[in-house]
Amino acid sequence: MADVTVKELATADRSAGKRATGKVIFYATVIFLCVMLVLPVIAFFINAFAFRWFYPQLIPDEWSLQAWQRLGLLPPPGQFSVGNLLAQWTSVPDVIHALGLSLWIGFLVTGISVVIGIPAARALGMYSFRAKRLIEFVIITPTIVPPIAFSLGLNINFIRWDLALEAAGINLGLSGSVLGVSIVHLVPVMPYVVLTLSGVFANYNADFEAQARTLGAGPFRTFWHVTFPAILPGLFVACLFAFLVSWSQYLLTFLIGQGRVITLPILLFSAAGSGNNAVIAALSLIFIAPAVLILLVSSRYLSGESGAVGGFGRV
Amino acid sequence: MSWERWRIPLMLGPTVLIILVLFFGSLGFGFLQSLGFQPQLGNTELNFDAYISVMFSEEHASRFWSGLALTFWVAFASTFISAALAIAIALLLRRTFFGKRLAVFLFQLNLPIPHLVIAIGMILVFSQSGLLSRVAGELGLIDSPRDFPVLVRDSSGIGIILAYIWKEIAFFGIIVMAILQSLGEDYEAAAQSLGANRWQRFRYVTLPLIMPGLMSASIIVFAFTFGTYEVPRILGVRHPEMLPVMALDFFLNPDLNARAEGMALSIIIAVIVLILVLIYMYISARTIRRG
Repeated sequence: MADVTVKELATADRSAGKRATGKVIFYATVIFLCVMLVLPVIAFFINAFAFRWFYPQLIPDEWSLQAWQRLGLLPPPGQFSVGNLLAQWTSVPDVIHALGLSLWIGFLVTGISVVIGIPAARALGMYSFRAKRLIEFVIITPTIVPPIAFSLGLNINFIRWDLALEAAGINLGLSGSVLGVSIVHLVPVMPYVVLTLSGVFANYNADFEAQARTLGAGPFRTFWHVTFPAILPGLFVACLFAFLVSWSQYLLTFLIGQGRVITLPILLFSAAGSGNNAVIAALSLIFIAPAVLILLVSSRYLSGESGAVGGFGRV
Repeated sequence: MSWERWRIPLMLGPTVLIILVLFFGSLGFGFLQSLGFQPQLGNTELNFDAYISVMFSEEHASRFWSGLALTFWVAFASTFISAALAIAIALLLRRTFFGKRLAVFLFQLNLPIPHLVIAIGMILVFSQSGLLSRVAGELGLIDSPRDFPVLVRDSSGIGIILAYIWKEIAFFGIIVMAILQSLGEDYEAAAQSLGANRWQRFRYVTLPLIMPGLMSASIIVFAFTFGTYEVPRILGVRHPEMLPVMALDFFLNPDLNARAEGMALSIIIAVIVLILVLIYMYISARTIRRG
């Protein structure tokens, strides 16, 4: 190091300077892009708490909770107490009702889709049989064909089937019911559950099951102690996606729910026309909270999990 | 043993049945209705009247063709722009730097946020009194909201395209990042040692490697943007309007005769998407055979 010349030092210094400028430009670009992409979420936060937000103020001078009070989630100004808050929530304002219904439908759809999806995924992932390509095609098609193409016919079909069942003395009432909406959500949900899980089963070694059976475990114990733990990570991702796809459905819920099944997206959509930006923003924040939570939880499983990632395309 | 024979059909049965009955059954029934099959109106004769009326009648033709053009424009522009931006950002985020995890998280933040919410977010950001207009106002670039360009609820679909770009950048991004990660940098390093410059490395090494994944993602995005209802309903105008909005408008019309036309529109949307997917599959199969 002793015989480094002055000239060499000068060159090193210049290229270090160049690197520093490059770094500044790099960070500026990354920060700019991130801020731009997150802008909608930033806008929701400002709008949901802004009060008398005059143009062209970027940050409002006054903040308020009036949007949340208006939605019935907080007691009116000046009356804040735990008792009032509880009374407010137990009177079940529309938002809480819609939130509960969205969660309930989401859990129901996730449960059903996993229960019927596991065997299907196992068949596709582990066995080869006649017409396998055809079955795969049938299961994948709903991911490409736009929902509008089948949901209009489905709307009429549900009404027809209800009438036919009624004539047979069975009053199921699929159209306009939570059950009907949940069943219909299975159409966009099933392909992703089966795709994700069949990937899991393709790398699954069934020999352990055979060993458990030889040791005297019945089919249920084998599933619970051998199969279930082995597929758990993939199953977890499948559940998250199933929930998320159901959670974000608007058109199917609207057409099958007949205006009687008011989930969060339905509520948000009708609020979108109201022009009250504070209320719209507050509703949007409630609606995206579980979604962002799911991203946080699932992000470490995401890379490479292509079957599951496709599900994001439908959210 | 007969149980073994029924094993696989039983495993697949419930899933396939749900999709066959609810999806294909409804698609088929929608097609029948688009041909004028409406037994409750006493109409069981099949014809193409609804299609002809939607596409060529004086009443609907201009609305249909302008809507079709807008739909193609929006779907192509959104797919292409978001794919290009996602590649650029994914390449940018590939190197190691302080805060990379946060940047990647923010890059993916819009991924689980439903399209409906992003569409509403676009109004709050890009409308004439939205966030960006306020930034321009604070900077003294414009004096009043009216000076800000009309970017949402505009007749050329810019607001719709913006919403899709915001959403699909994250979708393309996660796919491109996963491919880049699995590829590593060996190929590019090899190209560099052979004297390829930065552009040549991208054009002849990286891009061909990410192309297959990118193309199948593009098909998903194109089909989605072509057939989604909520986003154009919130961010679009009455004329021209995208085909899915037009289809639902016909369908919800109290006049039951308009229902066949709504069904016809939804079938037209599905057929166009399917034709494009088939063309894509044909091209990609040929490319694979060649090389």
